[in-house]
Amino acid sequence: MSTSEYDSYRPPEPEGGRRKRRRGGRGGPGGPDGSGGRRGGRGGNGRGGGWKNRGADGNREMPMVEDVEFTSYYGRPIVKAPPWGDEIGAYLFLGGLAGGSSLLGFGAQLTDRPGLRIASRMTAIAATGIGGAALVADLGRPERFLNMMRVVKVSSPMSLGTWILSGFGVGSGVTFAIELDRITGEKLLPLGPLRKVLHAMETPAAVESAFFATPLAAYTAVLLGATAVPTWNAAGRNGLPYVFVSSASMAAGGAAMALAPVAETGPARLLALAGTAGEAYAMSAMRKRMHPAEVDPLDDGEPGHKLHRAERLLIAGAVGAAVVEVGARVFAKKLGGRSSGGSASASGVAGAVAEAVGSAGSAGVAKRSWKTRAVLRGLSVVSGAALAAASAYTRFGVLEAGIESTKDPRHVVEPQRARLEERRARGITDDSITTGR
Amino acid sequence: MSTPTIDDGTLADGHWHDSAHSRKGFFTDTSICIGCKACEVACKEWNRNPQDGTFELLGSSYDNTGSLGANTWRHVAFIEQDSERIEKARESGRKLVNLGMPTIRPRTDESAAAQPLDGALGAAAEGRTSAGLPTTPELGVDLLAPGALEPTDLSNVDTTPPDTADFRWLMSSDVCKHCTHAGCLDVCPTGALFRTEFDTVVVQNDVCNGCGTCVAGCPFGVIERRDDGTINTPTDRDDRKAADMDVPNAGTANKCTLCYDRLVEGQEPACAQTCPTQSIKFGDREDMVDQAHDRVAELHAKGLTEARLYGANPNDGVGGTGSVFLLLDEPEVYGLPPDPRVATKDLPKMYANAGIAALGMVAAAGLAFLGSRRS
Repeated sequence: MSTSEYDSYRPPEPEGGRRKRRRGGRGGPGGPDGSGGRRGGRGGNGRGGGWKNRGADGNREMPMVEDVEFTSYYGRPIVKAPPWGDEIGAYLFLGGLAGGSSLLGFGAQLTDRPGLRIASRMTAIAATGIGGAALVADLGRPERFLNMMRVVKVSSPMSLGTWILSGFGVGSGVTFAIELDRITGEKLLPLGPLRKVLHAMETPAAVESAFFATPLAAYTAVLLGATAVPTWNAAGRNGLPYVFVSSASMAAGGAAMALAPVAETGPARLLALAGTAGEAYAMSAMRKRMHPAEVDPLDDGEPGHKLHRAERLLIAGAVGAAVVEVGARVFAKKLGGRSSGGSASASGVAGAVAEAVGSAGSAGVAKRSWKTRAVLRGLSVVSGAALAAASAYTRFGVLEAGIESTKDPRHVVEPQRARLEERRARGITDDSITTGR
Repeated sequence: MSTPTIDDGTLADGHWHDSAHSRKGFFTDTSICIGCKACEVACKEWNRNPQDGTFELLGSSYDNTGSLGANTWRHVAFIEQDSERIEKARESGRKLVNLGMPTIRPRTDESAAAQPLDGALGAAAEGRTSAGLPTTPELGVDLLAPGALEPTDLSNVDTTPPDTADFRWLMSSDVCKHCTHAGCLDVCPTGALFRTEFDTVVVQNDVCNGCGTCVAGCPFGVIERRDDGTINTPTDRDDRKAADMDVPNAGTANKCTLCYDRLVEGQEPACAQTCPTQSIKFGDREDMVDQAHDRVAELHAKGLTEARLYGANPNDGVGGTGSVFLLLDEPEVYGLPPDPRVATKDLPKMYANAGIAALGMVAAAGLAFLGSRRS
């Protein structure tokens, strides 16, 4: 038992419920000052337990810095939101999906899982293509998208990201071409003698693509973090990269579960499960380390809804994936050999493709166990889709929360004031932008 | 081409080596701003910036411009304050003066030892009576910054206009800060933003592809993509001739260039040239900072402890700004961030985290394949 007075500190219970309380209930809005010193948070709707409500369960340290009074210039934003719309949200999701899928594809190639390999590579190239197009579409001058390749700039995550995406796209494109050539019976593409060259490049291309895969999944977190947008910046400093790679694992695993036969998607399920655990943990750890005014946008309004939806889908998908995994192990025999196709419930193109590729040898087994396989496959498709959707909701939620956080100057001023006061309390007084002389 | 790329880490920061020019900057002294908005007009005229919005009244004193943006590179803020607010500003200014300044005693110290340190300032800081205060400031500064004298001193000082003690009007012309560590410049992926020979930060509008990263990168909310500007007023939308006129540089990022085109011709920026009270001063950044220090000391000597500098500290989160301000209240009152920090300062840590996360993902994928191996 500690005898420190700070350990025994327990913040007072907030009046009127924890979540609903308007932060810092003292002083009226703006008080009598006609100074334009309005309290911000017109849009905030009073969520956002303030400084001292943080950890009302008493398990946290007593705040050492006084809550700061908040003034603003007519409640107007201080920081501007970037002009990023749904295209960017879609790209955040698709970039992660592409990266994770490429890893799965490479692993599937090494472990001889043709169904998973094809599904993953198709997913990767589709996600790369659509994501890249979304990025271009979101530019103010889309016709100048190649200007992104004028420079390589380490200080610009978007510049690095452009090169990562390009590098990834090359390997991913080559593996896609190889798969396409295989599926079409090596007839459709007019390659001639180059066909051998192309197929010889499979492993190098897969390695190259896999090399860029995880940076592709992770850099977007740094891109958001390296901004003045309070919620993104705080998230980026407190572990958003972990959230994003987890989300990418979840999305790629989920997509593979939905598109490839159950017998082959064991790795996809495990990756997706690791992703769900990682995201759940990283997200809550990240929130805990952020200033309450920076967390609020993740809870409030539409972004909050999206993130809550993501949580629910994540849990549902994780349970589903776990059930499928157990089922796949229990009924391993019924599912047949590793490449038994098993797409009784054909799920789109990739399912059909997988069937075509899979050896049709185990027809006898297939006949006896089609019910089990159908149930597992159906569950796999549903939970895989749920996981992918959870990832998408997470990305959109984080993106929109950041944009929301710029609209109310409270999210900018309060954390900055707090850290300024905290530094001053520690005796650091020489690094303020405001100086007395 | 002077486009900064990665090859020299310090290149993007505001210390341009071997330049024939010294660093240029503004010193905006808000204590003598009269809110005429001539700077806004001059800026728009010179840079041919489109109109923002629809001429609506924003209900914020005389400020109907709103904020800095793609089409507004100078913005005059208007803040109306009552005596309570003024007292608070003075108090916060006093605290600021006492911070890290060993020569001035904290205000709580009422001992006489404070007196020899700094006559008038010491008097003001300690809330003593007006013995140390000049009764009639020669430059008329007290008139331009209403409420200049302590309300408690009013009984003794009859030169103060009676209506300024409980009311004051803050006006401040805001502009791009041209930071030493410029967030917008750091994160620009195309190299469209560059550091000029005057150590200012300028967008090349023929290179910018409007990705919008710089907008998020600016801790002051200055730079913006020109998406919706118009050069037509609502009334002449029907006029075909007006409608045919194009908004220049649409879809690209826009912000103050410190009138780069004028600087290269040896002229001063349009806003500084037009400012009738010399509230906006332009010159070598070093001179500007010196002037700012002198001015704030002068105001403090007159008892205006609310005066403070913004951006003159090279140790702050953006390495000091090219545009230095003298403010009369907390920065957030003017819509300025109280502790801005260039986001790219955190980049090494974020990249390290991303690297670990990426490796973790590789490991997870590897384990996933190992875990579902079949015998």
